[in-house]
Amino acid sequence: MAEPEHAPSVYFRVYLGLIALAALTTGIAFINLGLLAAPAALIVATVKTVLVVLYFMHVRFSSAITKLFAGAGFFFLLILAALTLGDVVTRGWLQS
Amino acid sequence: MSHTRAAVPIQFDDPAQQREAATLGMWVFLAAEIIFFGGAFVTYAAAALVHGRDFALAANHTNLVLGAVNTAVLLTSSWTMALAVHAAQTGRRRTLVVFLGGTALLGTVFLVFKGLEYREDYLHHLVPGSGFEGSSVAQLYFSFYFVMTAIHALHLVVGIALLAWLAARAARTRAPLASLNIFENAGLYWHFVDIVWIFLFPLLYLRGRHG
Repeated sequence: MAEPEHAPSVYFRVYLGLIALAALTTGIAFINLGLLAAPAALIVATVKTVLVVLYFMHVRFSSAITKLFAGAGFFFLLILAALTLGDVVTRGWLQS
Repeated sequence: MSHTRAAVPIQFDDPAQQREAATLGMWVFLAAEIIFFGGAFVTYAAAALVHGRDFALAANHTNLVLGAVNTAVLLTSSWTMALAVHAAQTGRRRTLVVFLGGTALLGTVFLVFKGLEYREDYLHHLVPGSGFEGSSVAQLYFSFYFVMTAIHALHLVVGIALLAWLAARAARTRAPLASLNIFENAGLYWHFVDIVWIFLFPLLYLRGRHG
């Protein structure tokens, strides 16, 4: 018998947190944050992702090598995004 | 509760090692999926940066209410999926079948709402092609919108079929659950598809809403 990683009450609290964050990101979309709008939306989405990965996907209690593999996917995505978008924003293509 | 476990395949020492290998293998697959969706997300970000305000204006034509409701539906399905895996781990077969079925049902509700949205987009001439009504930048935005939501929906179709099959299989037999790995890995897949939507919702629906 595998030991469950979390009690059902933990899942419920994570679920409530995810719904609250979804409401938050919808709410702040109606406020004019200017250049901060996209970073704010991405930060909320990242927090939601961390909650899902750590609790629903049990990575918090996974072995070190599983944590490494889970992190590697997101790490290489960051490299892809940083190099691509770094190119785009330095070419004078941006519309004000 | 004690459960007898089927003997592990010859390449594994014990069930714990088999489980570790199954989880690790699933994460290798998910890393490939992260880069697969990531390519689309990064290209979308580049186009959104270049076209700024015109892109955000096009995003205003999406149905925010359906998008928000679908966000809640998918988050709820992730919760029921976590409870299904918990039921499998604690050996409660009836609960497992109910939560697997419930999760598949919520996924189906999501697809129905998405279908209603596609129908509305079609009626409003927002499908890229000769009938598109709007600027070329708006058409570019809707090309991203349809490709990204469609590959996400395709992943959900696969997930729903997987969960329905697992629920039917778990309901059919009275024997102890032979292996938990398949339920845990189905859960990892389902949660990953949820994460993709967690990013799609703000990027596609919430841009340029402050007027």
